Amino acid sequence: MKYLDEFQNPELARRLLDEIRGMVTRPWALMEVCGGQTHTIIRHGIDQLLPEEVELIHGPGCPVCVTPLAVIDKALEIAARPEVIFCSFGDMLRVPGTDRDLFRVRSEGGDVRVVYSPLDALKIAQQNPDREVVFFGIGFETTAPPNAMAVHQARRLGLDNFSMLVSHVRVPPAIEAIMNSPSCRVQGFLAAGHVCSVMGVDEYPALAERFGVPIVVTGFEPLDILEGIRRTVRQLERGEHTVENAYPRAVRPEGNPAARAMLADVFEVADRSWRGIGTIPASGWRLSERYRGYDAEHRFSVEGIATREPAACRSGEVLQGLIKPHECQAFGTTCTPRTPLGATMVSSEGACAAYYLYRRLGTAPTPLEATPVV
Amino acid sequence: MSDTTSSRPATGPGPRDLPTVDITGWTCPAPLRETPRVVMGHGGGGALTAELVQQIFVPAFGGELLGQLGDSAVFPLGGQRLAFSTDSYVVRPLFFPGGSIGDLAVNGTVNDLAMSGARAAYLSCGFILEEGVEMPVVAGVADAMGAAARAAGVEVATGDTKVVEAGRGDGVYLNTAGIGVIPPGVDLRPQRVVPGDVVIVSGDIGVHGVAIMSVREGLEFGVEIESDCAALGGLVQAMLAVTPDLHVLRDPTRGGLAAALNEIATASATGVVIDERAVPVPPAVANACAILGLDPMYVANEGKLVAFVPREHADAVLDAMRAHPLGVGAAVIGEAVAAHPGMVVARTPLGGTRVVDLPLGEQLPRIC
Repeated sequence: MKYLDEFQNPELARRLLDEIRGMVTRPWALMEVCGGQTHTIIRHGIDQLLPEEVELIHGPGCPVCVTPLAVIDKALEIAARPEVIFCSFGDMLRVPGTDRDLFRVRSEGGDVRVVYSPLDALKIAQQNPDREVVFFGIGFETTAPPNAMAVHQARRLGLDNFSMLVSHVRVPPAIEAIMNSPSCRVQGFLAAGHVCSVMGVDEYPALAERFGVPIVVTGFEPLDILEGIRRTVRQLERGEHTVENAYPRAVRPEGNPAARAMLADVFEVADRSWRGIGTIPASGWRLSERYRGYDAEHRFSVEGIATREPAACRSGEVLQGLIKPHECQAFGTTCTPRTPLGATMVSSEGACAAYYLYRRLGTAPTPLEATPVV
Repeated sequence: MSDTTSSRPATGPGPRDLPTVDITGWTCPAPLRETPRVVMGHGGGGALTAELVQQIFVPAFGGELLGQLGDSAVFPLGGQRLAFSTDSYVVRPLFFPGGSIGDLAVNGTVNDLAMSGARAAYLSCGFILEEGVEMPVVAGVADAMGAAARAAGVEVATGDTKVVEAGRGDGVYLNTAGIGVIPPGVDLRPQRVVPGDVVIVSGDIGVHGVAIMSVREGLEFGVEIESDCAALGGLVQAMLAVTPDLHVLRDPTRGGLAAALNEIATASATGVVIDERAVPVPPAVANACAILGLDPMYVANEGKLVAFVPREHADAVLDAMRAHPLGVGAAVIGEAVAAHPGMVVARTPLGGTRVVDLPLGEQLPRIC
């Protein structure tokens, strides 16, 4: 495809790499926030091609990975109820809860369906008026607007058999939490382009100024990533820390006003817990008061969930950029996509999955001491 | 859950307790290690399918032929070498752009035989029909099977029909088994692969899987994508006419090209290196996969093959393939190597390398 090829051009990539090599004078640690960017980096071997002074640290931007275990367990309990049709994006189905996943629930008789849009779940609700249809609404600013739209539509259509299990998270508070950590090594950020395409860049200048870090809005194709790295390194070498938009084909400074309006109508900012990291103030959304009736947690009694996180899993440290996946002792041994300890190994955007899928040739697990962020 | 796993609240990281944990005694809480029930991934053609076959079916049935785990069983009978294969078809919808379940049921088994070098001779056909299916649908499937069989030069010689209650099937399920004769001098099996063999695919990959997904899920990708469903017996015969010394053939169906290459690498104990830029992926398939977060290497094909060919014959075989209507897009995509035995590695367009793993089960569209 012409359009994709343009952003994977090896000759242009070499030129960007040469330019990065030419400007680097000392080590820099950059964090790519989004798990999609992590997969592009590892799948294309971009980290192998960069000068050794430029280290890429993988951030917490995998929506599946950071969904708390308690929420997944609630989803599993709701999905197992006979009156429920539980709708989810595909990559949540394999994520382990405390002792099962949505595939297991389906094999035990639960009506679990993969949808490609929350509006598909609305259609299912319209077609099944005698069933309760629940949509698993997770993700960052990227997936929140269409999910908000689905709830808005449900109310407009008077669909009383539709509800949403909401676990939406926001990127800027996570950046703030990472930078506030005493063990943080991050000196610059590649911000997630699709998040900014919704929210714009208004939230970033204050962060760049407060923490003295360049933040470059970056896309997802190999050349996008290399351009984001080039601009971040250029700022670091010059001693600058501003916000730059290296993804102008998708991101306008103001974002998407219609999507933001929908978010403001349906959701309100709330504290959220992040799997493997902990609770970050004001880092998520919940349904606002007037849409509370569409909140699956209110509709179904799912209290008293007792979660058990595997003790050997260090995904929290991976999500905070404190260790690389292969530096966990369980990586590739007790923890594989076949036998995942944490969501980072099973999610299609998880850093551990990226390393296992693309990079386990000759990697030896090496233990590394580290301290959690928050 | 093992006693060695400590409880931890869902939120907040707590103190890291890794040094005190005996991870060798740890039992994973994830459901995929212990699967008391069948999950969809067991039919995906990846690691879960292999585990089901190796842990349950092979021990239950025993037998040397089954243990070969080839697309077909190959055995001598009456002075000839025969290939024998079976496959079942549960595709939705029954009719899709470029084919139908009837075409699949014939071509799939013919292709399994062809991958052994056999010329398919006879097929059996089992219909499992769901109560309430319209008769024209059944007739349409049967007509498609008949047409596909005639095109492949194979005769449907015997069959069976069962009906299940309404709600207990997807309209029509099919099973076909086939038998064919392998010409003298042809010995296709992964154990014959040696470092230096050239890896060739017969054309664009990922087409069938994306075609099915687009109609099943109502997705539109700008252009209609038609399944590549086709019988490959003629293409294989054209290749064998150049040299009977092909080392191995596979049709990369479930699990796609990645699964086929991994199976060959594992069974041959050689490494495989492919050049990602050389793998033919049509723009529409690349487009669809980019939107859904899928890798074309893992998407199913129904009318393509991958061949490991001795280097000295590679150019001639490639020419013969390109001269055949089903091999026009044939391309060299890599080679077998002595390094990293059992693993498949891709050179990325930018010059890096990555592992191409056996898929676990089904590919799942990502959240964003």
